[in-house]
Amino acid sequence: MLDQLYQELLLDHYAHPRNRGRLEPADIVVEGANPSCGDEVSIYARVDDGVIREIRFEGRGCTISQASASMMTEQVKGKTLEEAKALIERFKGMMQGDPVDEPALGDLVALQGVRKFPVRVKCATLAWVALQHGVQEYEAGRRAVTLASTEDPL
Amino acid sequence: MALRANVRDDFPLLKGLQDGKPLVYLDSAATSQKPQVVLDALAEYYRTYNANVHRGLYRIAERATLAYEEARRKLAAFIRARPEEVVFVRGTTEGLNLVAYAYGRARVRAGDEILLTEMEHHSNLVPWQILAQERGARLRFLPIREDGTLDLDRLDHLLTERTRIVAVTHQSNVLGTINPIRTIADRAHAVGAVVVVDGAQSVPHMPVDVGALGCDFLAFSGHKMCGPTGIGVLWGRLELLERMPPFHGGGEMIERVELERSTYKSPPHKFEAGTPNIADAIALGVAVDYLQGIGMDAIRAHEKQLVRYALSQLSEVSGVRVYGPRDPEIRGGAVAFTLDGVHPHDVAQVLDSEGVCVRAGHHCAQPLHRRLGVQSTTRASLYLYNTPEDIDALVRGLEKVKVFFGMVRA
Repeated sequence: MLDQLYQELLLDHYAHPRNRGRLEPADIVVEGANPSCGDEVSIYARVDDGVIREIRFEGRGCTISQASASMMTEQVKGKTLEEAKALIERFKGMMQGDPVDEPALGDLVALQGVRKFPVRVKCATLAWVALQHGVQEYEAGRRAVTLASTEDPL
Repeated sequence: MALRANVRDDFPLLKGLQDGKPLVYLDSAATSQKPQVVLDALAEYYRTYNANVHRGLYRIAERATLAYEEARRKLAAFIRARPEEVVFVRGTTEGLNLVAYAYGRARVRAGDEILLTEMEHHSNLVPWQILAQERGARLRFLPIREDGTLDLDRLDHLLTERTRIVAVTHQSNVLGTINPIRTIADRAHAVGAVVVVDGAQSVPHMPVDVGALGCDFLAFSGHKMCGPTGIGVLWGRLELLERMPPFHGGGEMIERVELERSTYKSPPHKFEAGTPNIADAIALGVAVDYLQGIGMDAIRAHEKQLVRYALSQLSEVSGVRVYGPRDPEIRGGAVAFTLDGVHPHDVAQVLDSEGVCVRAGHHCAQPLHRRLGVQSTTRASLYLYNTPEDIDALVRGLEKVKVFFGMVRA
């Protein structure tokens, strides 16, 4: 049971986070928080011609929240905003129990074990909720630093 | 004074098995388990005399009323108070909100001060923030020292002629620290302030005598003391309760109602609008009988012994850092700690796989965690049914956590 939750790929991302750090200047800056546990993930992204050219994250929190953020940055870098939004929906769908679309999700399927631990689902979705919020703000023409919470309705 | 043998057997949930093993329940600071007698009391009420209180003219209604008011007398005796000073509420949070709303709004004006401490639970912080914002009052905070005790040297500086309310926890739900309420109350009274005590973590675990504490209000929750959820007590000094306006308006709290105005009953009924939580109040009374049958002195002595053992065993685990006082004489059984390199959620998750129930997070005390310089902690908390074997299981579990996350730590 534990091994399903903490898959090796996930532990590797936690120990060796990809794209960790700030990005200045950035087109998207979101400070994401999970109020129920205090975990934090901030997302920084540069968007050019509708494509996420550069993305980084920083944060404090558990293995699941930090590894999920690291994996997300790997997956969305180079994607168009439309592709990123579709992936966010697919990832959130997987975490909510939808059938897992393995080809589309790639490495992210390593996080599907989290579904068996309902209280940890918000850990996994924290970075994704933050990015989703950031993209919404960007597309609405707002460039200020925004806050996102796993408790917000989306 | 020793605990009688086989206390654990009184609790059906603890007799049950999970993955073929008895549960190691170390989260009683969040909620306690319930003894069979309490479960029986709930079922007996609903099965044999379920009726509304205070009005019915038939026999089961009379029986319900008698049992409900008898529960109030038991709770009053438990904290050495008068029954008319015991208001049934949903729990500590509602009790503290009642004081902030009904007493605070009548008493606190712009420029007044409310003194809190850095170790308060959100329930003894947020109601005062709301009151202070509404009234233009100022919140001040008694700091904690490095050892997790309150810095009483700062008390006289922080208490001024503007201080109207001092609200403080009797026992920290994170650090375990037992605060010297009498000392604080005496000095607060000297400047004319009233003293509100959060007893959520103390009343279940030690003998409490409101007269000896010297406070003006004390709130506590039934579910942390072997009773059901949704019932608790606000105790207040009668002269204060009498002067306070009501909290909620409605049935049961009135004497005479006209279209434009009403008159209210005397305390405690003035503060109990609507049909009360009859079943849970009666069952809480039975929980009090149960605890007194065991003996609050014996429970305190048992937990003191256990926390001493827990602190000593945890200090043997490399990478573990425990917060709060080391001396069991001035602390209760809530033991918060961190383990180097592993997030508290991950610690708790692996412990759960071993059947050990602990809590991880900020324990509704975010400012305290900020003060301690940590985002969150893991907390093991003890009660009468815990044993040294539970502590051993915790320590074995922590060793497993370290092995499991070994690759992360490397």
